[in-house]
Amino acid sequence: MADIDYKRITLDGLWHNNQALVALLGLCPLMAVTNTAVNGLGLGLATTAVLLMSNVTVSGIRHWVRAEVRLPVFVMIIASFVTSVELMMNAWFHELYRILGIFIPLIVTNCTIIGRAEAFASRNPVGASAVDGLAMGLGSTAVLATLGAMREFIGQGTLLAGAHLLFGDVARGWEFSLGDNYQGLLLAILPPGAFMGLGFLIATKNILNKRASRSAQKAAQSMPAQAAEA
Amino acid sequence: MQFPVTSSPHLQGGNHVQRVMGLVLLALLPGTTALWWYFGWGVVLNIAIADLTAVVSEWLVLRLRGRDPRATVADLSALLTAWLLALALPPLLPWWQTVLGSAFAIIIVKQLFGGLGFNPFNPAMAAYALLLISFPADMTHWLTPAILSGHSVTLPEAWQAIFHGPAALGQTWDAVTGATPLDHMRTELSQNHMISEIRQSLVWGDFGGRGWEWVGNWFLLGGLFLIWHGVISWRIPFGMLTALLFVAGVFWAIDAQTHPFPAFHLFSGGAILGAFFIATDPVTASTTPRGQLIYGAMIGVLVFIIRSWGGYPDAVAFSVLLMNMAAPTIDYYTQPQVFGAKDGNDG
Repeated sequence: MADIDYKRITLDGLWHNNQALVALLGLCPLMAVTNTAVNGLGLGLATTAVLLMSNVTVSGIRHWVRAEVRLPVFVMIIASFVTSVELMMNAWFHELYRILGIFIPLIVTNCTIIGRAEAFASRNPVGASAVDGLAMGLGSTAVLATLGAMREFIGQGTLLAGAHLLFGDVARGWEFSLGDNYQGLLLAILPPGAFMGLGFLIATKNILNKRASRSAQKAAQSMPAQAAEA
Repeated sequence: MQFPVTSSPHLQGGNHVQRVMGLVLLALLPGTTALWWYFGWGVVLNIAIADLTAVVSEWLVLRLRGRDPRATVADLSALLTAWLLALALPPLLPWWQTVLGSAFAIIIVKQLFGGLGFNPFNPAMAAYALLLISFPADMTHWLTPAILSGHSVTLPEAWQAIFHGPAALGQTWDAVTGATPLDHMRTELSQNHMISEIRQSLVWGDFGGRGWEWVGNWFLLGGLFLIWHGVISWRIPFGMLTALLFVAGVFWAIDAQTHPFPAFHLFSGGAILGAFFIATDPVTASTTPRGQLIYGAMIGVLVFIIRSWGGYPDAVAFSVLLMNMAAPTIDYYTQPQVFGAKDGNDG
């Protein structure tokens, strides 16, 4: 545990072990709130905040919590942070808070958070846990926002609608729209659209991974000496 | 010299996929002609658009998957899927919706699951459900049958309407289209009208809506042709139509003023087409003899339930999709006993 590979932790969180695309955790909010990019981004950032704080806390108290009671303790910690985040969103992002509704308190049931607390934070020092929480959170946020953008674009022909809910009044002009002639594919907004969209995202990730490993193989073949060294 | 070693059965029939699909397409001709007779050239244009899209999509996906497209496209299954979808679509649906549905059926519902033989859901019905859910207004605008409107849609008119919208004809949708008999019955019933009152309207014939009621018979003819040739088994259509008649009959007997008579259910919407051509899809349906009866009967019951209390006027697509999901389980519990096994415990 002497030297911690922060780069590997970060890459794991953002890509190799992406909680939404690889671990398939936290699918309930993923399906429910990603009907626009802003909703996805908002919930993703809230989850990231909770994940960061809970990872740091769990890691900080890991020596004092007995193994038998660790899960209830983790849940209490996570629930406290979710409550704080919920109150803060109510205060500063009230409209977004109204839109996301029940899914903010439901962050507490997001498997990603308890999963990272159990699998990583309770076994690693505070610094590494913080990086892990941030990377895992941002990885999920990226998927939430991308899926939200896809569904929003296909479903209602807009992008970043309601961005002012998250970024303030400067963002009012950010909305991109295909115009009123676009009828919209209602299915993309409905739950089946979320499942299909997630399927396509996972497929895309697998294709990219395959390409990367193929080019890595080629590179290894062309430089056998270096490969042998590695 | 090499001798090929194959497992049983060793007798080879001529039942190739291409022949089966070809026979089904042939059996669809009478019904298609009837639709064309009552609803004009839009039907034919829809089929052409859907088939063209399906073949192009299939070709593209197979190229992407690194397979040889020629053999698979030639097995006619994509053509059949698109044809069935087109028959279920309103005759003057905007062209891009037909293209979208047909491409969705082939690319996502069929090929992404592994192609013919691997798709868990009926591609034509999944595409129909996609379009119905996404574009409910366009999908429920059916043309009034020519027998009622006194005007058959000509080819140029259909072309204009499909590619440029009804405005190109100088008309609105409301002028050329109307509710389907199922939709009509549903709306009237929801306004607490009694069936005897509703039936006074001009749109009703002997069994179902005028014009509509005869289309089913032509599909029935094609279906019987398929059973006679052994392409489909009699069990699924029999199970489905009997169950539909029976359930409808029970409710009709309880209250004939709020539940349409059983023959109405049989001769409206997609009941006959669905029973013989859609529910019998060999890939997505149940395969055991007892299973097929159960599978068909459950579709019939679901059709009645969704038609009577569901959110959409017709229900064949949703019922078939729901039962597609149940088909593997039904097969599991209805496996026929192996010859010679005792008590069914060790079969």
